[in-house]
Amino acid sequence: MAQYLIEMKDISKTFPLVKANDKVNFSVKKGEIHALVGENGAGKSTLMSILYGLYQADEGEIFIDGQKTNIYNPNIAIENKIGMVHQHFMLVPPLTVAENVILGMEPRRNYFFIDLKKAASDIKELSEKYGFKIDPWAKIEDVSVGIQQRVEIIKVLYRGAEILILDEPTAVLTPQEVEELFKILKSLKGQGKTIVFITHKLNEVMALSDRVTVMRDGKMVGTKVTSQTNTSEIATLMVGREVLLTTSKAEQTIGKTVLRLEKVNAFNQHKYHVLKDISLTVKEGQILGIAGVEGNGQTELVEVITGLKPISGGKMYLYEKDITGLSPRKLRELHIAHIPEDRRKRGFIADYSVAENLVLGSHYKSPFVKGCFLNPPEIRGYANKLIKDYDIRPAVKENLLKSLSGGNQQKVIVARELEREPNLLIAAQPTRGLDVGSIEFVHKQILKERSKGKAILLISAELDEILSLSDEIAVIYEGKIVEIMVNKNIDRGKLGLLMTGVHK
Amino acid sequence: MKFYFKNIIILLLITILLFPLVAMNGFAQSDLTVGLVFDIGGKGDKSFNDSASRGLGWAAQDFGIKRIELEPGADADREVNVRNLASIGYNLIIGVGFLFEDSIGPASDDFPNTKFAIVDGIVLGKPNVTSLSFAEHEGSFLVGMIAGLKALQDGKDTVGYVGGMNVPLIQKFEAGYKAGVKYAYPDCKILSAYAGDTPTAFADPVKGKELALSQYDNGAYVIYHASGLTGAGVYEAAKERKRYVIGVDSNQNYLGHIEETGENFGLTSMLKQVDVSVYLTIKSILEGTFEPGIRLFDLATTVVINDVEYNGVGYALDNYNKDLITDEMIQKVEEAKAKIIKGEIEVPHEI
Amino acid sequence: MNRDKSKKSNLFFSIIERITPIIAIIGALFIGSIVILLMGEDPIQVYKMMFGLAIGNRDGWGNVLFRATPLIFTGLAVAFAFRCGLFNIGGEGQVYVGAFLAAYIGFTFAKLPAILLIPITIAASALGGALWAALPGFLKAKKGIHEVIITIMMNWIATSLTFYLVLVYKAPPTEEMRLAGVPQMIPHTSEIAEAARLPRIAPLLSKINISFPSHNPLNISFFLAIIVAILVYYILWKTSLGYEIRAVGYNSAAAEYAGISIAKNIILAMMISGALAGLVGTNEVMGYKFRWRQELFLGLGFNGIAVALLGKNHPLGVVLAAILFGTLSYGGALVNIYTAGKIPRELIMVIQAVIVILVVISDEIIKRLILRRKTE
Repeated sequence: MAQYLIEMKDISKTFPLVKANDKVNFSVKKGEIHALVGENGAGKSTLMSILYGLYQADEGEIFIDGQKTNIYNPNIAIENKIGMVHQHFMLVPPLTVAENVILGMEPRRNYFFIDLKKAASDIKELSEKYGFKIDPWAKIEDVSVGIQQRVEIIKVLYRGAEILILDEPTAVLTPQEVEELFKILKSLKGQGKTIVFITHKLNEVMALSDRVTVMRDGKMVGTKVTSQTNTSEIATLMVGREVLLTTSKAEQTIGKTVLRLEKVNAFNQHKYHVLKDISLTVKEGQILGIAGVEGNGQTELVEVITGLKPISGGKMYLYEKDITGLSPRKLRELHIAHIPEDRRKRGFIADYSVAENLVLGSHYKSPFVKGCFLNPPEIRGYANKLIKDYDIRPAVKENLLKSLSGGNQQKVIVARELEREPNLLIAAQPTRGLDVGSIEFVHKQILKERSKGKAILLISAELDEILSLSDEIAVIYEGKIVEIMVNKNIDRGKLGLLMTGVHK
Repeated sequence: MKFYFKNIIILLLITILLFPLVAMNGFAQSDLTVGLVFDIGGKGDKSFNDSASRGLGWAAQDFGIKRIELEPGADADREVNVRNLASIGYNLIIGVGFLFEDSIGPASDDFPNTKFAIVDGIVLGKPNVTSLSFAEHEGSFLVGMIAGLKALQDGKDTVGYVGGMNVPLIQKFEAGYKAGVKYAYPDCKILSAYAGDTPTAFADPVKGKELALSQYDNGAYVIYHASGLTGAGVYEAAKERKRYVIGVDSNQNYLGHIEETGENFGLTSMLKQVDVSVYLTIKSILEGTFEPGIRLFDLATTVVINDVEYNGVGYALDNYNKDLITDEMIQKVEEAKAKIIKGEIEVPHEI
Repeated sequence: MNRDKSKKSNLFFSIIERITPIIAIIGALFIGSIVILLMGEDPIQVYKMMFGLAIGNRDGWGNVLFRATPLIFTGLAVAFAFRCGLFNIGGEGQVYVGAFLAAYIGFTFAKLPAILLIPITIAASALGGALWAALPGFLKAKKGIHEVIITIMMNWIATSLTFYLVLVYKAPPTEEMRLAGVPQMIPHTSEIAEAARLPRIAPLLSKINISFPSHNPLNISFFLAIIVAILVYYILWKTSLGYEIRAVGYNSAAAEYAGISIAKNIILAMMISGALAGLVGTNEVMGYKFRWRQELFLGLGFNGIAVALLGKNHPLGVVLAAILFGTLSYGGALVNIYTAGKIPRELIMVIQAVIVILVVISDEIIKRLILRRKTE
């Protein structure tokens, strides 16, 4: 028995003119949970794709259980009991769980008929063994994202995997689902499975892993035993410099009321009552955090305040002026800034350049237009200034936004919104999917606005983010604000209960 | 005598050896070059265009002319085709269909030494253009009579009409047909429909079938179609519903034949002898009798080509429909034909 | 990651991405030559003849540009709508209506001087198309009804409506026809007034001693098409209107977020698209046959889709693609004649179709290559 179950030695991989992996050494012990961390673009996914046979390494060797193995396609990986769960699920929505699991290797009865019953009972057995709680007959389109992910894991186990690779498994999950997943992963480990999971969330590394390997710019920068390290050390390895993980907030004097909602109601497109009598206020120099499990009305609340969704009842005031029912453009002209929760969907236009995105929403106003023509020199100058001020990389204003990393895309949005000198900043999931460095940047910017005396409405699914930034916290559950409290000595457990609808 | 016999055998041998050459060049030799440009629907429509092509074929066989057949694509192709054929040096250019009116008109001015003919269209006042026109209403009258007589004989009360593009030219067919039906069977109901308002209405069998099925299902016993390629759908419908159909332009009787059962539903066809008109136009140039203006082909026009007698328009009788039409019916139709020629019956050409 | 290198590779892919149409054209000509070989002809000779006849002489060029003109208009129409995320396949109907309105103005206000009548007639053709596209735009913007369905329906309505109108406003029979007692065979309107006609290129060139056949149909409308293409470029990329229209096309949710009215821009884009299609009337009615007749416009709207696709929805691309299609169409017709019918016109339709298919395929391949490169 070799010391390591998997050993990858001196792996290099160059994509058309980009070096994604540069002499990477990576090894995993049998029965451990190994976290592979690094910022976006550090080469984690490439390394794992090589291990799973999706890509071929240009150089280097892979040993499995001490045997040199040439994994040139995923079938070889599967033969070697390696399974991979991708970030984006590969499931067929109208089919059942069982049908999805057996897809591609259907058990046969009489050589011809698919033996679904056998498959279902196998799945049931796996599910009970590891605590998946899955109904093999449920249709994929009817189950939650968390369950879908479990189906993906079962799919891998069903094919006999002993080594599981999970690519950013928590990116799509709610905090509750994350907890469930961790339980499952621990139980898998208890049964002797080996797990590699890719992430860039440090708290997950600490909570789950036995060892952690950090990558940066295609290179391996270190492997640590989790219990002998801490988040700031890992963060420093990841970013290459020291990172402030905890945000320190200065005292701030609270000023006038900026935003006031009075019994706001709204329905979604299916005529479902999504906002019920929401009343809240945000004052100058104050961050109001909205805590809640996703899908409890946060999206709609933001859309109503920004005019993207019609309000069906109640009133909204900005500096005590009625703003109910104004168009998005009118509201923006009243200096309401908005960092949208789904930046790909609403935050930018991927096929526009950085410069064009930086003037999005102000494109019709002087100095960016002259008559009905755009004014390129002004736009260019403005873009150069913002790129410098907000450290947007690469610092090329002509680059299309889709070519930027997630963190830099978010910087463009933050720059655009904050430069508009907002009275009210609505920041919805402002750090979702960002790496440590970018999270730090966004948090700093939000706090800077607070210190300038702006009113900030922060919506986040990350409880830590809410707790570390907010002055006051409002808990939303099923479209209702169930509690508003000052952020001082808050019991996380109590907050969690409120978020899941359990009242005091 | 022997000497003669030997000579004759040698001559025969030479003739046989040369036969392929001679046959390829036609029996008679001529330097005349003729270009034929088709209407929408093109060659293979088993109707109007094919009839024109057939006439050209006859002429090639009889006079050994050189010929080319073109199918235009875009509208501007008509003029391009006509002009380029003229500039290459074709002596006669025939445009099939009224859409050639505004291409042949201007081109004829630029090529005064080239002769032009337009089938169905009218270009007047040009010394080198002849407009070949047909009394379709007269032919339609006769097939209308046959439709009416057939319905009367079998105790039915409805017949139908399916037209191609809804334009005056095609309405002429309808007008004559209706008059013929009424003449033979005054109480008969007549259903009528057109496949569309654009030239594609002449090339839409799906629409043709749809219209025909609906007429058959509304009681039509016989349907007369004047719709080019669209008529293929009418024939399909007729065979499906086992009712009668009357063809147009060429003899289409065979299209109503069902191979498996031996049944025939092609009652007759209205013959519009485009072939004859094309043939005669070519002949007139060879004989130096080309005349500009309108040349009308009607019931009174009688021509003999290769021992077959043709009228300008008429109705088709052949093996496919000989059991469907009684001698009594033919007698009545022939009586009416004589009256039309004499002017005793005036057939309307507008609805 | 090496930024410098990755920038170079971006450039490489973006160049490849832009020249896919050229790859497609070469591929299509290659496939066409296989077809020609199967027909027993020499492909090189056929192509030589085709391009020689079409663009080897002035008359050919005139005909090619004449055929390209309506395709520039309809191609721009499709491209413009596409930039707003709309698929306007109602070009056909917009052409009919725009051209009819131009004809109507042209023969109704015959008393006006050319300096007034020509601009009014041009405006009428644009207006007709714009009005015809406004309803689909409105229904899409306000009710979310898919524009493809409505524009198809509007095509049918336009076909029937213009056909009805052409019977109402049909030309009176000429003196000769009255004497001969024959009805008008082609349903067409009266001719537009002399003052509404766009001058042909031939007399203009002969004034400066360039020989050009007088029957050549090329007219001023071609230059109008070029000016309009430049205008479209400026609107789309240099004005705030174009910025908004493209923003809606790329990502309507983000545009809405930024305070851009989706409804307003959809309606505007559809109307401008319709106006562009309607301008076909300037070529076919004001510059060619001087009257409205349905067959003049058959298929122009639909061919515009292929032109826009091949031209990558960019005005310059559309102009080049339209000229290519004009060359193929005219050259194909001539090859048919000069080979005495041996090479059928359908060959050109095959080549055109293959070009379009290859553009779509090669675009897809490039997209995948780029995607694969990005999944680092």
